[in-house]
Amino acid sequence: MVGNAVFRVEGLRKSFGRNEVLGGISLELHSGEVTVLMGANGAGKSTLVKIVSGVYERGGGTMTLAEQNFAPSTPAEAIRAGVVTVHQNINDGVVADLDVATNLTLDRLSGKGVPTLFNPARVRREAKAVADRMGLAIDLKARVNDLSLADRQMVAIARALAHQPKVLILDEPTSSLSSAEADRLFALVDRLREQGVAILYISHRMSDIRRLADRIVSMRDGIISGAFDTKPLDYEGAVNAMLGRKIHLDQIVVRSSAKPVLTVEGLRIAQGAKPISLTLGDGEVVAVTGLVGVGKTALAETLFGVRKPLAGTMTMNGIPYAPRSAGDAIAAGVFLVAKDRASSGIVGGFNIERNVSLPFLKRMSNLGVLKRRLERATARRQIEELGIVCRSEKDEMSALSGGNQQKVMVARWMAQDATLFILDEPFQGVDISARRDIAAKLRASAHGRATLLFVTELDEALETADRILVMSEHTIVGEHRNADVDLDRLLAEVAGGPLHSAA
Amino acid sequence: MTLRDYAIRYGFIVLLFGLVAYFAIAADGFVSPQSAVFIFQSVAITGVLALGVTATLVVGGFDLSIGSVATSAMMAAAYVMVVLEQNAVVAVIVCLLIGAIVGLINGWLIVYMRVPDLLATLGMMFLLVGLQRIPTEGRSIATGMTMPDGSVANGKFGDAFLALGRHRFDFFIPNLIPVSVVVLIVLAVLIWFFLEYTRFGRMMYAVGSNERAAELAGAPVKAYKIWAYVISGIFASIGGILLAARLGRGDIASGNNLLLDAVAAALIGYAVLGAAKPNAFGTAVGALFVGILLQGLTMMNAPYYTQDFVKGVVLVVALVFTFALSGRGRG
Repeated sequence: MVGNAVFRVEGLRKSFGRNEVLGGISLELHSGEVTVLMGANGAGKSTLVKIVSGVYERGGGTMTLAEQNFAPSTPAEAIRAGVVTVHQNINDGVVADLDVATNLTLDRLSGKGVPTLFNPARVRREAKAVADRMGLAIDLKARVNDLSLADRQMVAIARALAHQPKVLILDEPTSSLSSAEADRLFALVDRLREQGVAILYISHRMSDIRRLADRIVSMRDGIISGAFDTKPLDYEGAVNAMLGRKIHLDQIVVRSSAKPVLTVEGLRIAQGAKPISLTLGDGEVVAVTGLVGVGKTALAETLFGVRKPLAGTMTMNGIPYAPRSAGDAIAAGVFLVAKDRASSGIVGGFNIERNVSLPFLKRMSNLGVLKRRLERATARRQIEELGIVCRSEKDEMSALSGGNQQKVMVARWMAQDATLFILDEPFQGVDISARRDIAAKLRASAHGRATLLFVTELDEALETADRILVMSEHTIVGEHRNADVDLDRLLAEVAGGPLHSAA
Repeated sequence: MTLRDYAIRYGFIVLLFGLVAYFAIAADGFVSPQSAVFIFQSVAITGVLALGVTATLVVGGFDLSIGSVATSAMMAAAYVMVVLEQNAVVAVIVCLLIGAIVGLINGWLIVYMRVPDLLATLGMMFLLVGLQRIPTEGRSIATGMTMPDGSVANGKFGDAFLALGRHRFDFFIPNLIPVSVVVLIVLAVLIWFFLEYTRFGRMMYAVGSNERAAELAGAPVKAYKIWAYVISGIFASIGGILLAARLGRGDIASGNNLLLDAVAAALIGYAVLGAAKPNAFGTAVGALFVGILLQGLTMMNAPYYTQDFVKGVVLVVALVFTFALSGRGRG
């Protein structure tokens, strides 16, 4: 480790309303080092980044940059002070319709002391200087729109580096890059590290982390849950600190199933991924776990018919199952509670009742005319069943808490009997009591169908499932019966390391 | 409910009654069955168009081509009867086909060619404005007109067709209700029932509010969107048929205000009963509102240009009701 930290955060706090997102974060970044920040969704990573980059105001604590107090009130101030952030969404960092040279010098086009007239020759000259320093081999006259994602990412980073920052924050920079493209990014990060920039690298991809990390810091529920800086780095320890087991009281009685409902053979969901084979049984609750971006949602969507597999066959109750749309899947009794309810579940213009009935309107109508009495009775029954807290079935969705909104989503798909019930991240943005309610309901009603959960948090899998499958790199790499789970082996599989290394 | 809720919910209805009360006092002869019928008749065609565009608003789209679909249908009806010397039934069928085909093309452009709805239907509007004038080289169509090649067109508007625009049904008073008003009421009830009480209408609202959620609930989202434009096209062509029947000729200069009036009616409809979303009842009330306003102003001898201004003011106020006061957007 190199001497003193160039950037230091101490006791950083932040709350939104009553909800505390950061509960006292302390973090140090050193020049010429890559510090990897790991954390599951909702751990508070993006809040931390937004405070550091001047988007949010902090709730408490101090930040120092090169021994100076650092308290940016706008993103521009943070950048001027030398803390530069490249956000996850690449297109936020570039202006697609302008050429590369203009993008690289964009921040010099406004502010005080800038000439009114736009001088293309000067812009190109300055841009060339920036590009050379970075070793950027991109045609400066090309329009950003015509570049590949990786090149755009490079431009976004180069643009950030035109400020010659002391601290660079990269927020999941490889999430939309292929592995060859990512290699170019890594080379760039190496170069910056040599130039003495302190880098905070946020990622879920274990391969990135193994390639780049000098130190790893894990976050969980708004606090730092682990810091690792002795080589060789303890990757499994970092994953454990990020996802690992909290003390919980719920003990479940693990069931196993004799009667298979869904059999999947040789299913390939991504180029170059190993095929997936699995069997889901009647009455069984199976959880698939793994880091973000390992293909959990892709698998869920493939089973639900909205994504085509590259290869493989599926059999449901002995009959070939090859859904070509969500409609096909629903007709076959396969229901999906999709990830991210706000964008893919809730119909904002509809009240609870109409949100519940949405997928089953055909079964609730006669010659196309809705049976409104049946619709209302169904909504009332489902509100009762899941204990949704509301005034009536006519309440708007926006009036409900996150947990109750999610209960409505689950209630929607439990209104009819499923053959295979899939839930993708059903506990995201859900408070602990609603999470328990939903999990208990899933287990209590599991008989007569197969239930498949996709969860990133290990706890959620351990609390609800009979069987746990581990995904890594778009395939299934491990299987555990949820009784006396070998947690070390499980974590090794999640971290994508060689199997049985810890056993 | 707070006062604000009441204002959002009943504001526009109160305004409508206030307007009627004002004109009843200020304009002589405003309160009479004939005046009421005249209002209905003046809004019938824009009302039909507005109901069509409501369908596209429901799926989160927009149709700017309705005005030109209506005038194209009018020109086509005149051409079919006057030049091709066909009967009323053929003319009506041709018009409806034009509406359906334009709607299909709009839907295809928007759904499969990914052209933004405003741009696709704007393009279609220009295309139709030109296309409808090609067969007669820019001339209006009337019986006895001279064709570009020098011959004289001998066909004429059939009596059955003209009756669509001119016949009046007895309703307590003889010869009171025009056919166009009956058509408007029937279509309004149909589209209202369709949107509120059938699963297809419900799904269209879901598509407009959250397309992805609708798709994951098993709805064929693309088909719903295309159907919305087909409905819009067919309704617009019905408007065109009524226009042709009322004028008795294919007049290239008519129908200029159709698009704006219809869009205004549909958007005013957002504000009725605090719906904050496109809805058939609101659209009908919106059309009525515009009609009452114009009829009242006419009877008070306001010049024509103030009418456009007042229409604009009403539309802006209605949009403020919908978007600012109720704190909800189109989603």
